Amino acid sequence: MIDALQAASNVNIGTKEVQKAGQSIGAGIAYGAAAIGPGVGIGIVVGNAITAMARQPESAGVARTTMFLGIAFTEALALIGFVVAILVLFVG
Amino acid sequence: MIPAVPHLVAGLDFPPIGELLNWKNIGPGGFNKTALIDVLAVALTLGLFFHAARRKAMVPRGTQNIAESLIEFVNGQIIMETMGADGLGYLPFILAIFCFVFLCNIFEIIPIFQFPADARMANPLVLALIVWGVYNYAGIKRQGFRAYVRNSTIPPGVPGFLVPLVAVIEGAQRFLLNPLTLAIRLFANMLAGHLLLVTFALMADALFFHNTVTATIPIGVLPVLMEIVIIIFEVLIAVLQAFIFAILTGVYLGPSLHPEH
Repeated sequence: MIDALQAASNVNIGTKEVQKAGQSIGAGIAYGAAAIGPGVGIGIVVGNAITAMARQPESAGVARTTMFLGIAFTEALALIGFVVAILVLFVG
Repeated sequence: MIPAVPHLVAGLDFPPIGELLNWKNIGPGGFNKTALIDVLAVALTLGLFFHAARRKAMVPRGTQNIAESLIEFVNGQIIMETMGADGLGYLPFILAIFCFVFLCNIFEIIPIFQFPADARMANPLVLALIVWGVYNYAGIKRQGFRAYVRNSTIPPGVPGFLVPLVAVIEGAQRFLLNPLTLAIRLFANMLAGHLLLVTFALMADALFFHNTVTATIPIGVLPVLMEIVIIIFEVLIAVLQAFIFAILTGVYLGPSLHPEH
């Protein structure tokens, strides 16, 4: 497989190149998978906050503060995924 | 780190990440751009509030206006929402954290600097450790050591057989995961913003100045427009992350002051 690629692309494919390819694929999957859940979660948090604000405009301030808190907790998972992707891509 | 292979992002010759984050020493003791931004953020915060307090006018103007609206914002939006009137003693602490984090972040878009100091893990980690120390100290001082540990590990109304399990989860959350996620949230947000700005700047650079196909040079306008949009977005992120860091400090201080019974 690697020999065929090497012959076709005229590039010298060694261990480092294979490692780099694996790191790129791994980083892409790590961040992509980590973003799914928080994406859905932030949608639910903000959607429900807007519903609450529309129903009770007088308590919009409380809803907004709680919404930011909810976003912060949900978003942390996606950001940990981002950090893992950076680590996989650039370290090791 | 593999230096021989170029890092390709969207067909760009992306530099190794160390080049975007590690700065040359410009002073003794490893004093680099990140440290300079930290010092500037402290100096600007102190300067603003000392300048504002110099003359106490009845009708505030200039810096006094900014300082008073900041204090009112932290008071109304952060302390009263999370701790109640009990937490008013923590106003200077949370105000200082808010100003410092915001100024560290906003250097991301200021020309010449163009680097958020919070994109280095050391900065948010030290801030989170300070917050950790303060909320634990406040809890021990207010409730006593044994009562504080009991209140923060065992929530009220848990059935007896679940107590060991819940205590481990709640204890890990309160004493380990809270400060860690507080630091990682700020760090990763600022790092992501920095990399986003770098990516579009490199894209514009590649299309304008390293382009061998002359017909595609005008396409370089698109990444420049995108860069402007992202800069505006990053201002929003800088404010929002400072706000979230400050309000989470309040949220973590809350149970130290008012244990749930």
